[in-house]
Amino acid sequence: MLETIEGLIGVPAPLLFGQLLLGLINGAFYAMLSLGLAVIFGLLNIINFTHGAQFMMGAFVAWMLLAWAGLGYWWAMLLSPLIVGFSGIILEKVFISRLYKLDHLYGLLLTLGLGLIIEGVFRNEFGSSGLPYRIPAELSGAWDLGFMFMPIYRGWVVVAALFFCIATWLIIEKTRLGAYLRAATERAELVQAFGINVPRMITLTYGAGVALAAVAGVLAAPIYSVNPQMGSNLIIVVFAVVVIGGMGSILGSIVTGFGLGIVEGLTKVFWPEASATVIFVIMAIVLLARPAGLFGKA
Amino acid sequence: MELGRRGVLGAFAVTTLGSAVPRMARAQAANTIRIGVMNDQSGTYKDNTGPGSVACARQAIEEFGAQGFNVELIAADHQNKPDVGVSLARQWYDQGVDMILDIPTSSVGLAVQNVAKEKNKVAINVGSATSDLTGAQCSPSAVHWAYDTYQLAKSTGGATVRAGGDTWFFITADYAFGHALERDTGAFVTAAGGRILGAVRTPFPGTTDFSSFLVQAQATRAKVIGFANAGSDTINCVKQAAEFGITRRGTKLAALLMFITDVHSIGLEQGQGLICSETFYWDLNDRTRAFTRRVLPKMPSLYPNMIHAGCYSATLHYLKTVKEMGIGAAKAANGTDIVNRMKAMPTQDDAFGAGTIRPDGRKLHASFLLEVKKPSESTKPWDYFKVLGTTPAGEAFRPLTEGGCALVRS
Repeated sequence: MLETIEGLIGVPAPLLFGQLLLGLINGAFYAMLSLGLAVIFGLLNIINFTHGAQFMMGAFVAWMLLAWAGLGYWWAMLLSPLIVGFSGIILEKVFISRLYKLDHLYGLLLTLGLGLIIEGVFRNEFGSSGLPYRIPAELSGAWDLGFMFMPIYRGWVVVAALFFCIATWLIIEKTRLGAYLRAATERAELVQAFGINVPRMITLTYGAGVALAAVAGVLAAPIYSVNPQMGSNLIIVVFAVVVIGGMGSILGSIVTGFGLGIVEGLTKVFWPEASATVIFVIMAIVLLARPAGLFGKA
Repeated sequence: MELGRRGVLGAFAVTTLGSAVPRMARAQAANTIRIGVMNDQSGTYKDNTGPGSVACARQAIEEFGAQGFNVELIAADHQNKPDVGVSLARQWYDQGVDMILDIPTSSVGLAVQNVAKEKNKVAINVGSATSDLTGAQCSPSAVHWAYDTYQLAKSTGGATVRAGGDTWFFITADYAFGHALERDTGAFVTAAGGRILGAVRTPFPGTTDFSSFLVQAQATRAKVIGFANAGSDTINCVKQAAEFGITRRGTKLAALLMFITDVHSIGLEQGQGLICSETFYWDLNDRTRAFTRRVLPKMPSLYPNMIHAGCYSATLHYLKTVKEMGIGAAKAANGTDIVNRMKAMPTQDDAFGAGTIRPDGRKLHASFLLEVKKPSESTKPWDYFKVLGTTPAGEAFRPLTEGGCALVRS
């Protein structure tokens, strides 16, 4: 069977399986980040271009906790999302909440600007070449899967990302809180009339979306360069993922996140030069065929 | 980190100084040499050039001391944009800046060198990599100081093969710089009897995950994986190679452009065993250590790399030349005359020892093949490299006749 695959596509099957798996892992990051964006857009109608900077902040806070307070990876996993999420709440209260009645474009410009400012401040404080962050001892090492050498940490990334994605989806789709949230996006006044504090709920939702970005940042810190630009490189791809999945669709962002990670992984084998472009080609095709995205409601 | 606020203020002071030049310029112009450090003060190359280069130039000025004329240092951020660099260079030269220093990012370096040539003013490039600066695009009023792509390729490519790493796979950033580095290194590898098993071109910018490419490289069973990229691309490659246990199973990693500042940000745990080349390492000998001790209080919480040290060495040699010519003659002379005098005089300083400048503008000194130490071998701060080999000054750079520089034929 393996020989058949190899004969058909001209790539050794072990290499192919390895690449599929690696694609899935990258997809986990796309899913985590696009999930946060989808939550924020779905419930706040804000296109959060600060998301890349917040992802970066998640990784930096993990580094700060280690370097300044001696708190390791697991503490960072808990504290970094809380700290960065709280900073998101402040941003929402001070700036973003003023734009809900305006066109999307204003939110986009504001969050883009905020993202650039945050990145600039970090670059001035911490330089540009990045900071060291190690894989926690419990997760270092690797499994030999036969067809490839699989670092334990990457397996953890997939598990953690799946956990957060499914938990978020369950909260929004299956709980009473989620029902309030969804109701508030449809008819905020009506929900408020039932005695629910809609502005506070929206603030907390933004904080939660930002915290998801920070979780992804902590997950990324041991394997990617922790530098102020780390988010801006990723965020454009993640936006494409959100557009393909359907703006604001929670399930769409998760499924397309993982799916596009795999597509990108395969492209890295067959046509490496195109691997940064393939997601945008798919985006263009999807937009032509289904302008609302694969999972979006037109 | 100390880099913090002082760094920010420094950068501000420095940029505002740029615009303050005209008023000061006329006051005591005749007796003042004005040096402008132009580099990346806020972007990707800030740590590799940036405030560290300014600190080292300042160190040179301080050590040179009072020799009958004043020296003024200004600095500004070219944001790695050729258009910004060009207009800044024009403004500076027109306002009485005598020499522009550093100028990293090859595209900006080439553009500014052309402005200097047109205005016949001195430009000393330290931070750019491209060997075209002393090749096809060489200029009579310019010097290229610390390193170049040819030297990196020769040192890392040739010496690694001789050390037994005779089969190579390249992970190459898919743009001009990456292609050139891959081509040049590949030539040295094959010339030394090695073989190239393959290469993968990674999109630039926009690649953060290199694991897929690393696994492909590993599948070829090459003994050496060469990274023909720079900055965070290289750092990501090294981090992820450590994660996938590639070095633990005997494969060597060769970073074709890497500075000690990059090693610092990777950490020894993940960087150990990595091979790279620099023309300066702070812990080479008593003189380099002495220089480093003197300059550290001025540095932004980093140890000097070869670019920083190059800015020190270049400033010192330039000032010595001015002294030899006499301030009056130096102010009156054009860039070509000054650079000719610089070429006629041997260089001597603590960072690079004795050296010379060739007719094509290439500064010659030795190149060192370095390996990143294991954490257990590192006994003091920034104790990062073992010296594996030395290429002497005469062989480290491209032979004079092969660069295609017009100055050589005439």
